[in-house]
Amino acid sequence: MAEAGAYLRLAAAWFRSAAQYPLSLALLTLSQVGAAMSSVLAIVFVFGHARVLSGFDLGDVLFLYALSGLAFGLADFAFGSVEQLGTHIRTGTLDTMLVRPVSVLVQIAVDRFSPRRLGKVVPAAITLCYALPRLDTDWTPARIAMVPATVLCGAAICTAIWILGASLQFYVTEAREAANSVTYGGSALTEYPLSIYGQDVMRVVTFVVPLAFVNWQPALFILDRPDPLGLPEWVRFAAPAVAVALLACAALVWRTGMRRYASTGS
Amino acid sequence: MTAPSAPVIDAEGVGKEFVLRRRTRGLRRAATRVPAVSEVSFTVRPGETVGYLGPNGAGKSTTLKMLVGILTPTAGRLRVAGLEPARQRTELAYRIGVVFGQRTTLWWDLPLRDSFALLRRMYRVPAAEHRARLEELVELLELAPFLATPVRQLSLGQRMRGDLTAALLHDPSLLVLDEPTIGLDVVSKAAVRDFLRRMNAERGTTILLTTHDLGDVERLCRRVMVIDHGRVAFDGDLAGLRALAPVPRTLVVDLAAPAPPIDVPGARVIRTDGPRQWLELAGNPAAVIARVSHDHEIADLTLREPDIEDVVTRLYRERPDPSAPAIAGDVRHNVE
Ligand SMILES: Nc1ncnc2c1ncn2[C@@H]1O[C@H](COP(=O)(O)OP(=O)(O)OP(=O)(O)O)[C@@H](O)[C@H]1O
Ligand SMILES: [Mg+2]
Repeated sequence: MAEAGAYLRLAAAWFRSAAQYPLSLALLTLSQVGAAMSSVLAIVFVFGHARVLSGFDLGDVLFLYALSGLAFGLADFAFGSVEQLGTHIRTGTLDTMLVRPVSVLVQIAVDRFSPRRLGKVVPAAITLCYALPRLDTDWTPARIAMVPATVLCGAAICTAIWILGASLQFYVTEAREAANSVTYGGSALTEYPLSIYGQDVMRVVTFVVPLAFVNWQPALFILDRPDPLGLPEWVRFAAPAVAVALLACAALVWRTGMRRYASTGS
Repeated sequence: MTAPSAPVIDAEGVGKEFVLRRRTRGLRRAATRVPAVSEVSFTVRPGETVGYLGPNGAGKSTTLKMLVGILTPTAGRLRVAGLEPARQRTELAYRIGVVFGQRTTLWWDLPLRDSFALLRRMYRVPAAEHRARLEELVELLELAPFLATPVRQLSLGQRMRGDLTAALLHDPSLLVLDEPTIGLDVVSKAAVRDFLRRMNAERGTTILLTTHDLGDVERLCRRVMVIDHGRVAFDGDLAGLRALAPVPRTLVVDLAAPAPPIDVPGARVIRTDGPRQWLELAGNPAAVIARVSHDHEIADLTLREPDIEDVVTRLYRERPDPSAPAIAGDVRHNVE
């Protein structure tokens, strides 16, 4: 928890620093919001041609998009800059971080913290508010509770994937591109119903890179749809367990990477 | 806290061996062992100022990185402020200040003031205390005009003063500096040295620094350690180092007109360039100077002290086998 406190203190300091240039901050934030909005427009455009996409209507798909956008957006907001690890190793700023009394992960994550990183979260939140009342489902208390729980677990899963991807850079400094294809690629992939990609892709994002738990599996429960892979009912509720397991895995790999750095210095 | 007499740094047989894995042909991999530091033992007591010297690649930076917790030693036992650096690195961070002359510890695109504000939050320094300390450091280092300047726009000397401030804002008891005067002009070097002397004298800050600059050592360090090939080759004061590896002083004579090499007892011409001649002194400089000015018409005279690099180079040359601890064993003596 000391780490969370350090994160908040440093985020506040970075925010003050960025807020000295309010115009540039506002423009940067707007441009990020605009970029993220284009994904929403793409979905609406697709539905101009087809009224239903693999059994999901516009409202359903916007809901899936919103859950994915919130999860990836929140993870990016809080931890996105861990992908800079390789740069910190190459330029020696990692050494500097190591002589300061705050965990390196927090220092890298909060580095250049700015509200413009919220640019991806805002359109997703708006879309969620638009899609929720348009969903054709029976809103039991369990389904209602599932919505915030999904966002939370989704953000945790994305954070873990982000940290795992960044940890690769302890071993291969050029690993950033490969990791980005999972993080940003995963973000784009989960904006649509996974069923449109076919069974093989669905199996990969369920069992290998568990992106299916970011929004797809919980949404099957909320929307009350059958699983195209025919997986048992409980899988729809596995997101918290997947998040915990993945975070533990990320913490382990990160620590191993840090230990390796302390022994090789590179 | 450690007791006042307890050493700030306690190194016992500390070593660091890097293993370099290179991909040779195909998938075959060759591992090369680089013994950067081997069996370094020394203690530093509170209030000491120690110069850590040695040629390029001797293992100075590697030692410093182990002391501050960046690198884990592969051998030996290391305690800094009573802590094990690599394992208790965050606790140690509150007690030490670190400056890397080669690169800044500040944020490149932030104004100095913002960098200091971030550091205040990292070290959790109360606002009032931070303000008072910052004011003091800014005045001592004459930083006031640059507080709003992004670090990337600072000159090397200004940046170094910013880095020193950053390293001292949390009032550490040990300051570790890796080549703090590298690339600075004479004025900036003097400013840095005076500042460090003052911190040492007034606050009792313990200082360990590496340098290739004799001036730093002469002005700052009552004690010097020389390492070579990763081993401590000398540990004592500057006079002791000079006595161990005597390098003659040089008299530079500018004659009124070019002349054949000067021939006086107690000196030997080692180089001539037009009217300028370099004389290596074996005996009393005063006698040689008297004799030279009696025999020749002289435009100018300078007496050159040997560079620390000359002394150190001489020391290495007399100890060609790095694995032989002979000199180290004979001369190593701790100051009190
Ligand atoms: N991360 C590393 N991986 C492998 N070898 C390294 C690493 N860092 C340093 N070395 C090697 O260890 C030896 C000591 O290096 P170090 O940087 O400690 O020297 P130094 O005394 O600081 O030299 P200089 O005066 O040039 O700064 C050198 O041979 C160097 O090549
Ligand atoms: Mg060095």
